[in-house]
Amino acid sequence: MAKITLDNLAHSYLPNPAHEEDYALKELNHDWADGEAYALLGSSGCGKSTLLNIISGLLHPSQGRILFNDRDVTMEPTTQRNIAQVFQFPVVYDTMTVRDNLAFPLRNRGADPAYIKDRVQQIAAMIGMEDTLNRKARGLTADAKQKISLGRGMVREDVNALLFDEPLTVIDPHMKWELRTQLKSLHHEFGHTMIYVTHDQTEALTFADKVVVMYDGRVVQMGTPQQLFETPEHTFVGYFIGSPGMNVLEAQVTGDKAVVGGTQISLGKGFGTPTGKVEIGVRPEFTSLAAGDAGLPVTIKRVEDVGRHKIVRADFQGTEINVIVAEGENISPDMNRIVFDPAGINIYSDSWRIAPMVA
Amino acid sequence: MNKTVNQKAWFLILPVLVLVAFSAVIPLMTVVNYSVQDTFGNNQFFWAGLEWFKELMSSERMWDALGRQIAFSSIILFIQIPLGVFVALNMPKKGFWASVCLILMSLPLLIPWNVVGTIWQIFGRVDIGLLGYTLDAMGVDYNYTQNFYAAWITVVVMDVWHWTSLVALLAYAGLQSIPDAYYQAAKIDQASRWKVFRFIELPKIMGVLMIAILLRFMDSFMIYTEPFVVTGGGPGNSTTFLSIDLVKMALGQFDLGPAAAFSIMYYLVILLISYVFYTVMTNLDKRDGH
Repeated sequence: MAKITLDNLAHSYLPNPAHEEDYALKELNHDWADGEAYALLGSSGCGKSTLLNIISGLLHPSQGRILFNDRDVTMEPTTQRNIAQVFQFPVVYDTMTVRDNLAFPLRNRGADPAYIKDRVQQIAAMIGMEDTLNRKARGLTADAKQKISLGRGMVREDVNALLFDEPLTVIDPHMKWELRTQLKSLHHEFGHTMIYVTHDQTEALTFADKVVVMYDGRVVQMGTPQQLFETPEHTFVGYFIGSPGMNVLEAQVTGDKAVVGGTQISLGKGFGTPTGKVEIGVRPEFTSLAAGDAGLPVTIKRVEDVGRHKIVRADFQGTEINVIVAEGENISPDMNRIVFDPAGINIYSDSWRIAPMVA
Repeated sequence: MNKTVNQKAWFLILPVLVLVAFSAVIPLMTVVNYSVQDTFGNNQFFWAGLEWFKELMSSERMWDALGRQIAFSSIILFIQIPLGVFVALNMPKKGFWASVCLILMSLPLLIPWNVVGTIWQIFGRVDIGLLGYTLDAMGVDYNYTQNFYAAWITVVVMDVWHWTSLVALLAYAGLQSIPDAYYQAAKIDQASRWKVFRFIELPKIMGVLMIAILLRFMDSFMIYTEPFVVTGGGPGNSTTFLSIDLVKMALGQFDLGPAAAFSIMYYLVILLISYVFYTVMTNLDKRDGH
């Protein structure tokens, strides 16, 4: 178990990167606390797998250092870092039995046979494969194989970190929940530092203590699910997390007033005079429909009833605005205005959040 | 739903039937026909029954040739398969040098058999050949026309030179299809180089390797041109393999009956050994540890 420090880290797949765009992973300075469960969340190609492979040592960064417990491991090969990693597609040793597959990492490190036997039994119980221990891994289904890969990743107790690269992609939905819960309880039990790469926000939010959102080779926010929800630091976090994502509208902001498409909105807090491309971001949960003259004039396109609540898709001068309305609430035809709850308003300048001024 | 019955559909396989008849069945039957008859020329044939087969079974000449043939095929398989896999493992995976290697590896495969024979025939000559002359100058008693071992070594080395590439290319193709994640997982599991080969690479290339072994076995078992050009089957009969012996019998001595019987036995032996090979290997592949 270890604290992982990324110091000035960046990576490019090109031999001589010149511009910032050449970097698959832009400069990072982060500490990953010992024993926490992190989820690396982002869309495909945002650099999350690159970051993971740098941590596991499968890839050498173009610049910067990586430290485990303040020990520089940047140049150390994977085998010396003592980490476990589970890949997106199952990797099993076909010709070995399930038992030998699980025992493989321990045997390679010369562990005591009696210990191996117990530990393999324990892991098999955890992944629910005790009955198939003596079977050859060849010919098992994809999710059984992936469970073996997960088991092989968890079999060592002394690892510095456990890395998961979208490990549940090939697993059945009901099994996903089960395995994720098991991973989480395992985390509570052993306190490994875990890093879980995914593009599925539910997976990230349920699994992790802290979610690291990546966008375009950059870590845009690292925080608890609540922080990501209430104060997205970047408009991307707003879009990406939440269903539907945050409403983002261009605005002119002066002090505690914003003008959106000709309508003035009170922000409740002062923001000074932000420069650059100024946007106002409000989650659908902090947006409500109203009748009368106050608020933004909109046309309602459609209403989707998802059971827990209704999602109203409205159009404001060509931009879509989503509103979440409680299930029981009535939507009357004269509701053609949208009102934002000042508590849920965030202001962005060039996509990055501006903190309100303390009054 | 009722299926329409239309027996005329059988006519559709007629072209294939004709093709196979002319390319395989009729020639084979001609050989069968020869094998049960005797002739003294002038297109006059006499019924001989199974006489030639009986004679063949007790023919020392045939058994010797078969022994040499099995020895030759075994030796080259034992050299070419591991060597080919070893070469494939050490070839670059991508980039400029991968292409260079692939082209170099395929060159020997493109050379006609008799040219290969001629190359080695000259290469090994003590008077003008680079290899023969050098060895002779170094004091090694090397003369493939007189020395039994020299002849065998030359023929074996020639075959290895000619065909190891095929095994290497097949194994290389098999290795290329292994996803990177397997190697990464092996690193994380701290598997040694040997274990990576034993548990990842070998199982994944087993399929193509099986094809390579079969191809090399069949081909080497039928070898004719190269040793014929280099040693002509000599010194004595020491490199007279089955094909060479067969041609001597059929065309040299014009013993059509015995040669036909020989051909049939030869064919059956190849068929049998290939079948055994195939069955054993597919079962190895499927074996499930319960």
